Amino acid sequence: MRSTAFRLALFYLLIFGVSSAGLLGFVFWRSAGFTAEQIDQTISAEVQGLHERYRLLGVPGLTQVVKERSNRQSQSLYYLVDRRGRRLAGNIDSWPTSNADQQDWIDFDYNHQVGDVAEQRRARAREIEISGGYRLLVGRDVQQRVALVELIQSAFWWAGFGIVGLGLLGGLFIGRQMLRRIDAMAAASAEIMSGNLNHRVPHDGTGDELDRLAQSLNSMLDRIEVLMNAVRQVSDNIAHDLRTPISRLRARAEVTLMGDPSLEACREALEKTLEEADALLSTFNALLDIARLEGGASGPRDPVNLNEVIADVVDLYEPVAEDAQITLEVLPAVGSTTVKGDRRLLSQAIANLVDNALKYTGSRGRVWLKAEQSGKQAILTIGDNGPGVPALERDRIFDRFVRLDSDRSKPGNGLGLSLVRAVAVMHGAELKVDDGHPGLVVSIILERASEVEVQ
Amino acid sequence: MRILVIEDDKEAASYMVKGLSEHGHVADHVHDAESGLVMAESGYDVIVLDRMLPGMDGLQAAQNLRGNGFTTPILFLSALGEVDDRVTGLKAGGDDYLVKPFAFSELLARLEALARRRGEEPQTEILVGDLEINLLSRRVTRGGQRIELQPREFKLLEFLARHSDRVVTRTMLLENVWEYNFDPQTNVIDVHVSRLRSKIDKGFQLPLLHTVRGAGYRLSEKG
Repeated sequence: MRSTAFRLALFYLLIFGVSSAGLLGFVFWRSAGFTAEQIDQTISAEVQGLHERYRLLGVPGLTQVVKERSNRQSQSLYYLVDRRGRRLAGNIDSWPTSNADQQDWIDFDYNHQVGDVAEQRRARAREIEISGGYRLLVGRDVQQRVALVELIQSAFWWAGFGIVGLGLLGGLFIGRQMLRRIDAMAAASAEIMSGNLNHRVPHDGTGDELDRLAQSLNSMLDRIEVLMNAVRQVSDNIAHDLRTPISRLRARAEVTLMGDPSLEACREALEKTLEEADALLSTFNALLDIARLEGGASGPRDPVNLNEVIADVVDLYEPVAEDAQITLEVLPAVGSTTVKGDRRLLSQAIANLVDNALKYTGSRGRVWLKAEQSGKQAILTIGDNGPGVPALERDRIFDRFVRLDSDRSKPGNGLGLSLVRAVAVMHGAELKVDDGHPGLVVSIILERASEVEVQ
Repeated sequence: MRILVIEDDKEAASYMVKGLSEHGHVADHVHDAESGLVMAESGYDVIVLDRMLPGMDGLQAAQNLRGNGFTTPILFLSALGEVDDRVTGLKAGGDDYLVKPFAFSELLARLEALARRRGEEPQTEILVGDLEINLLSRRVTRGGQRIELQPREFKLLEFLARHSDRVVTRTMLLENVWEYNFDPQTNVIDVHVSRLRSKIDKGFQLPLLHTVRGAGYRLSEKG
């Protein structure tokens, strides 16, 4: 009874049943009414005719006609009595016992004799008073009609029961079908909840609402899996790559204390510890930022002019480049390069890329940036002519804490490029790495903001 | 300077108070917002307000203070460091926002910057020793000699000058001169500052642009 499907079926059944009953009832009422009207009209017409006869030929003439008509085999019934109630003519046994209504109509039963068989049949007649105290009854046998009505009524009752019965069965059946599908989904969910995250909710490809629900659930589960992996990665990273500096920090403190240190030694140890703690914190924060971005945190989607952002970043790093005798240049923009995104994050990503390029490009090298329109996209490119990255490693460089062997001595926390990737992911942008012949070329391909959006 | 610290972490608070006292300030400490609101009545130069407090939270407290007509500068402290959190804090009436954990020197520099902001009229000219900075014409001269600065260099100098005699941290410079809220791994700021220094100090007797070890920079006549 708790099934929604069943209740819906029941409700529909109710509406359908009531309207069917209403319609059928109306049909019945009209047809029964019609036949009744017909009978009454026939009787009234006959009465008219007999009245004419009476006027022309008086009572004897009337009696004659009634006798004639009574002898005919028909549905019509007649009875003519004088003022004392003596039978003059007619084809029924006696005057009906029931009373006439206001319009002189009587419904009654009469005895019909066919050979040995006698039966009670239903009749309807009209009672007429004739001057002289004579009374005439003109009517018709309506047994057929009564039988028909009863037949229709019983048919309706049977139909009604049939509708209800079939409806209930149908409802139960549909309900159970739906229940089975929902049970399957619930069972799958329970399986997933108990820890088996790879499991998915079954769907049968019919495309109906339940199916779509199943597909949405599965998409959600896919998403959750991605998020959980991100979390797992972060905790793995924290475990692996933060433990080292923390142990170093701890070791320094411990060893310094053990050596019964001078004030100067203490000061030095504390200063180094502070430095190390700051570095750790910045790594930790960067990890959190990256995880948050990879987890799909959505930020502002305002129009951002890539050229402006590039100019700002270059402004910041220009002296660093100059000191290292590296040429840092911005190539002229091509087309419209406004995208929708988070200005702060895009700045940070570009800064990280520039920082990286400057770090690894030797003196008298060159680092260049460019933003250009390409159809519906805006491509941001940064290239250098440093040592570049071997083809095999190019995918790896965006992973967390990856340092190619030759670079382990450089400063930084190894997360700069990971953040770039996370920012690209968050913006739905493509990240490409190519050989610079020589050097490295990194491109971020974003969707341009349409002209309307820029307004 | 009289500083009110509203912070429920007792240890963190005691370090702050200790540090502030060692730098010659008077610091009072309360554990919750309600006491803070009461204490604020005695008049402070700046209030340090933790966002997460038992009972009434920091944002609410700031709104109350502003609602009651207090114009004391408020520095928010928070473990919540998202840009949105910053904006929320500043909208609630805060004047600055520091994410925990922070370097004490950072706190100190920002508090001093906030406290002095009161009653500062917009100036057309700033003088530091014999260095003249005209904010309208954007001309910089030292000892009568014209110094050519690029726009960014001028902005940097202006900020240092507006906070003359006080420590300005690298983060403050990043946030205000370049409007960046992230931490660049390399010492970009240092390079910009040494560039500026070479322009305004080289060839002059008295160095004005000093590096304060472990904290930042200071533009000042005194050392």
